[in-house]
Amino acid sequence: MTQTAPLSIEMRARAESLGEALPALLAQAEHLAATVILGEHGRRRAGMGDEFWQYRMAHAGDSASQIDWRRSARSDQHFVREREWQAAQTVSLWVDPARSMQFSGDAGRSTKADRAQLLALALSVLLLRGGERVGLTGEAARPRAGRAQLLHLIDGMAARQDAADYGAPEVSGLTSHSRAVFLSDFLGDPEEVETALGMASDRGVRGALVQILDPAEEEFPFDGRTIFESMGGSLRHETLRAGDLRARYLDRLAARKARLETLARASGWHYLCHHTGQSAQSALLWLYAALERGR
Amino acid sequence: MWMLGPVGFTSPLLLLGLIALPVLWLLLRAVPPAPIRRRFPGVALLLGLKDDEAETDKTPWWLLLLRMAAIAAAIIGFAGPVLNPEQRETAQTGPLLVLMDGSWADARDWPRRLDRAAAIVEEAGRAGRPVAVVRLTDAPSDTVFQAANAISQRMTGITPNAWAPDFGAWANTLPAGDFSSYWLSDGLDHPGRADLLTALQARGQVTVFESPRPVLALRPARFEDGVIKLSATRMPATDTAELELSARGLDPSGIERELARLPLTFDQGAAEAEVSLSLPPELRNRISRFEIAGVRSAAAISLTDDSLKRRKVALISGQGGAEGLQLLSPAHYLRQALEPVAELIDGSLADVVLANPDVIVLADVATLSPDEGEAIWDWLDKGGLLLRFAGPRLAASDVSRASEDVLMPVRLREGGRNVGGAMSWGEPKNLAPFAEGSPFYGLTIPQDVTVSAQVLAQPDPELATRTIAALADGTPLVTRKPVGQGQVVLFHVTANAEWSSLPLSGLFVQMLERMAVSTRPAAPDAADLEGQTWVPQVALDAFGRLGEAGEVAGVDGAVLAAGLATGPSLSLPPGLYAGEDRRIALNIINAETRLQAAEWPANVLREGLDVQTEQALKGTALATALSLLLVDVLAALALSGRLLGSLRGTAVLGFALLLLAAPDGLRAQDAADLRAIEATNAVRLGYILTGDARIDAISEAGLRGLGQRLFERTTIEPASPLSVDLERDDLLFFPFLYWPITADQTAPSAAAYAKLNRYLRTGGMILFDTRDGDVSGTGQTPEARRLQLLAAPLDIPPLDILPDDHVLTRSFYLLQDFPGRHTHRDLWVEAAPPDAELAEGMPFRNLNDGVTPVVIGGNDWAAAWALDESGAPMFPIGRGYAGERQREIATRFGINLIMHVLTGNYKSDQVHVPALLERLGQ
Repeated sequence: MTQTAPLSIEMRARAESLGEALPALLAQAEHLAATVILGEHGRRRAGMGDEFWQYRMAHAGDSASQIDWRRSARSDQHFVREREWQAAQTVSLWVDPARSMQFSGDAGRSTKADRAQLLALALSVLLLRGGERVGLTGEAARPRAGRAQLLHLIDGMAARQDAADYGAPEVSGLTSHSRAVFLSDFLGDPEEVETALGMASDRGVRGALVQILDPAEEEFPFDGRTIFESMGGSLRHETLRAGDLRARYLDRLAARKARLETLARASGWHYLCHHTGQSAQSALLWLYAALERGR
Repeated sequence: MWMLGPVGFTSPLLLLGLIALPVLWLLLRAVPPAPIRRRFPGVALLLGLKDDEAETDKTPWWLLLLRMAAIAAAIIGFAGPVLNPEQRETAQTGPLLVLMDGSWADARDWPRRLDRAAAIVEEAGRAGRPVAVVRLTDAPSDTVFQAANAISQRMTGITPNAWAPDFGAWANTLPAGDFSSYWLSDGLDHPGRADLLTALQARGQVTVFESPRPVLALRPARFEDGVIKLSATRMPATDTAELELSARGLDPSGIERELARLPLTFDQGAAEAEVSLSLPPELRNRISRFEIAGVRSAAAISLTDDSLKRRKVALISGQGGAEGLQLLSPAHYLRQALEPVAELIDGSLADVVLANPDVIVLADVATLSPDEGEAIWDWLDKGGLLLRFAGPRLAASDVSRASEDVLMPVRLREGGRNVGGAMSWGEPKNLAPFAEGSPFYGLTIPQDVTVSAQVLAQPDPELATRTIAALADGTPLVTRKPVGQGQVVLFHVTANAEWSSLPLSGLFVQMLERMAVSTRPAAPDAADLEGQTWVPQVALDAFGRLGEAGEVAGVDGAVLAAGLATGPSLSLPPGLYAGEDRRIALNIINAETRLQAAEWPANVLREGLDVQTEQALKGTALATALSLLLVDVLAALALSGRLLGSLRGTAVLGFALLLLAAPDGLRAQDAADLRAIEATNAVRLGYILTGDARIDAISEAGLRGLGQRLFERTTIEPASPLSVDLERDDLLFFPFLYWPITADQTAPSAAAYAKLNRYLRTGGMILFDTRDGDVSGTGQTPEARRLQLLAAPLDIPPLDILPDDHVLTRSFYLLQDFPGRHTHRDLWVEAAPPDAELAEGMPFRNLNDGVTPVVIGGNDWAAAWALDESGAPMFPIGRGYAGERQREIATRFGINLIMHVLTGNYKSDQVHVPALLERLGQ
């Protein structure tokens, strides 16, 4: 008890501070999602669902409770009211919790983590509204439908603040043949991404890789004698003239992007590079369309 | 003091610090700029990248050089460098006399001369020598040697005079005893210089200072052959020089400005230069002076007098009083030709002679009465020009027939001749070219000038000499005869187009101009000036500035005549002198003055004017060091890649400095903006501050009360009223101003009146309230009189007592009376147009246009409207219930008034309602 008390107090304080920010984040995500109009994903054939599909003549085998008496009363035949088959999709999200995501190149710009969570939540709002099941990979928030799931997602994302400098996609808890969205800066070890993507593909999971970068990471606007450190401080690199490194850094960044894109294409995924300097809406539309495409 | 070239050092030992610079070099080279730490996730991609250049961890050489220069500058600065340190020479002893010419030629570099003189006096003061300073253009007086500090205080007040120094007189009044002299010469050789020099050399050593600056002088302008001749002279006749001459005078609106500008070129080695200026007579008449542009000296100014001015011309025609067509009038063409260039005098011959015109023109006047003839003869004798034109009357008369009339240049043959007419042979005659010696010589003759009729001169031995223009067949057309100092000129044709086409041509104007101009002698001679007293009107100082001469005694004509020949002096300063009928300009130099350089004998010490003043360089050196260090800060930031970030900070800092530097202006701007926003964010009624706090408070309360009633009863919802200071505030934000008049109100300034007029013209309305209840009765209350004074400069249309059908009577309430605290009926508003008609079917006239810009009354409305803080009326009005009724009507008047201001003639437009309804019905 005496051992755990400070920890629980700290947890609670963090949760409360996060809770203060969450309504704003949620509101922002809902606002973003409101720009996309969609309905349920009708399967255009009869099945289980809420929407009316067609009336058909009752035939042998239909139980009496299936007969639509109101329609049947208008004629001599018996009719069964069929509904459109609506199958819910499972979408698992992985939002990179590593510290590298906390970077922002400008005080006026949100961090990459903020943008990743915003996109993830906005997508969740859209998907949940569409009746899909949305969850996080891992154990934090199992895919579930319904608006209440949003709060679980938020809790799950908040709980997974990581101390590592760079994150690797977590693939546990991915259900077979579901969809997955990985949001990260993918600046860590690319091998881990490959492994994760391979495991996901093995289970028939398709989805999208969203690489979120800060404009500063794209432009490398540094010069002079500089010591670069990773966000956690685990990596450092000293240079005397940072400006000289720009071209080579940009080459490496381009190579990293190309590798991710090739990887995504090979495993049937989609790849997007998104900058925090851009509007989140275009990324959201792209994401939504990518999930539609993969279906 | 240790000297290094022209630079001395007060503490030269500090310069040893410069030896330490190489050590610093080594130290600075070893320390590279500090790195920046950056958090950057992309570092994962950077791992393993090597820098291209390995040696940049040393400070770059140029940065080192910069720092070394900064430190060297600091060391030198603290060593106390002084440029041109004054070398204290072995001092002379004994009194020192400083002589300054102080003439117009000194004015160009007077401050430098004064500095030099001050330096000499100061130096003498340090040596403990008594000093005296003398300005040689002053009247000679006894010179007293004084302590230098007493003199140097008076030095700055000494100015040069605009005349030449009187050396001869000074030579005789030098103080006794030995003394040495410094003579600041103006470089010109004025008479008596040798005497003074000899006298000075007898007392002690003489040192002469001379300036190498050239002396320029402009001679008086002359008028010759229709052009103005301007000439200038200079003293060292050296290289080619370009000058600009500027003619200045009053423009038609009475403002002095440059009327013409022309270049003047001195040739190589020439001391004189001349240029002609041709100007239209209108401009020429306006010129008041010529000046060499950019030269600050009295000699660069040449004042003009009457010799370039308009001439007085009397026009007398024989048909005086007779009715006729204007184009046939003999004087018509003369009037047209002379009007722009001359001052025309009309009247009877006897009257105009008294006005002493320059020219009398007699157009077809044959006989003169003996008195008139006598008067003209006297006038001619004094230099007048009598210009006569022939005509039918002259041809028919016997004047100058048998014997030559004194007022005619030639004898005439009877009847004259006609050529080229319907009843005569031959072609109309052309003019022959003007002979050399004729005043018209050089004028081109248009081919279409023909003569079809003329009077003929009797052949005479003197006829050829008297003819100044002739026809192609040799018959005289214009003849001239000198009479005393004047002359008589006869045109053998009419002054109108009856006999010839000459008056229709431009040649006629040119001939008249030549004739009339040649009458005024360019230079007045002594005989003209003598016997009169000439009063200075405009005074010219040595710097070429013109000023009022002030109350100065006039000078005798003889003195002035002598001054014109020899140049101005102490008793006769340069300027413009006015006599009885003309003005004479006395300029610094006249047409003959020669500028002669002063030659000094070899035994006189000569020095230039340039003074090398001691200049401490310590501040400069330290400032250099500081600025170099600032550059170093920027360079170091640039090297470490931090310049961009810090630039933003610098910009913020710079902006903050700017804000600190100009806070007043910004605050004033803010205040004006705030007031504009306050005045325009709602409808606001304004009242004009009278300066009487009680009246202003009543105005404020009145308008507040009115605003409250408007808010309650109408759609106008005014915010609280604002006070308006006419001098300070912008009026344009207010649709309506209330102006209570107090008897002792100060009148607004001209700028405020301009603002008020603009306000009234652009649709504002002012309610003038004399608060006396009686403005239209006798109009004699103090307030009413004050109102008349205040409103006089306002642009107010004709006013009328408010008519019964004025829109104010029905713009919201139907009203017949407009009471305030008083109940006077009459109210003055803009008068209705006289052609207003009664509208059909309506009890009022068609008065559609315009809102009256002013409403004038005296019922003290503000008192009737005024509400106190609790919303209760501030002042009792009338008695009992009737009083409350009166207050109600006063409020209604206020509402009507504001409605009228804001809706304009809307209610007046109601007269059209029947017509509109009728149209809609169709």
